[in-house]
Amino acid sequence: MRVMRRALLARLCAGATLWSAALAGVLHPLLALARQWNKKAFEAQALADALNELGLTKAAESREVIVKAPEIAENGAQVPIEISTAIAGVDTIYVFVDKNPQPFTASFSFMNGAQAFVVTRIKMAESSLLRVIVRAGDKQYTASRDIKVTIGGCGE
Amino acid sequence: MAQPIRMRIKLEHDFADVRVLIEHPMETGLRKDPVTGELVPMHFIQSMTATLNGNAVVEAQWSRAVARNPYVQFRVNGAKPGDVVGIAWVDNHGESNSTTMKVPAPS
Repeated sequence: MRVMRRALLARLCAGATLWSAALAGVLHPLLALARQWNKKAFEAQALADALNELGLTKAAESREVIVKAPEIAENGAQVPIEISTAIAGVDTIYVFVDKNPQPFTASFSFMNGAQAFVVTRIKMAESSLLRVIVRAGDKQYTASRDIKVTIGGCGE
Repeated sequence: MAQPIRMRIKLEHDFADVRVLIEHPMETGLRKDPVTGELVPMHFIQSMTATLNGNAVVEAQWSRAVARNPYVQFRVNGAKPGDVVGIAWVDNHGESNSTTMKVPAPS
């Protein structure tokens, strides 16, 4: 009897999970489109591990990847960056801060007419290399900037 | 929970320039509450999607190192006045928000 009840409970729970997932899809169709958050890459503490996880191990230095960022960032909690490239067929721009506790900071994927261009603001724990990798099909390109941080932004 | 999303769209000759400001604490989990001295738990947006007339144009994945009250600017080719730009985000607590705005006529 007890076993049966457990089985029934388990089945009810599974049903409830499916139902709430379906409901979430209905309420937020936009979010259903979003790709799976890459937990392993974001939680990697070593840059190399994050790059491996993302399959970004063969990026070639390119002057066509344009990174605009301040040489000196007075406030590490708000560092403005602008990334653009004229390289054709770009699908994703990846941003890394080498010396942050978890270097992988953000990725931006472009489709349906979006230009390979993004401006945003990031946090930097200390002075570091800002590393940008651009993926265009099976090609990868990279550019980086040294940013000196006056006040770290980790505790912000 | 439902913090506002502010959006500004400017139609240039062949693309729409979209600026988005999302109110969100983007807590790293490393900040101490100045009053209690306790660490404030991690709370950050993990994904943001931008759409044009319902089709995804930008899909972003973020760590906790995107700055507080995230700002994003992007550009979409082929947008026309009256087209609808949508923004939606979801954070690590499963909280989410979305908004839409029409592309204005060129000024």
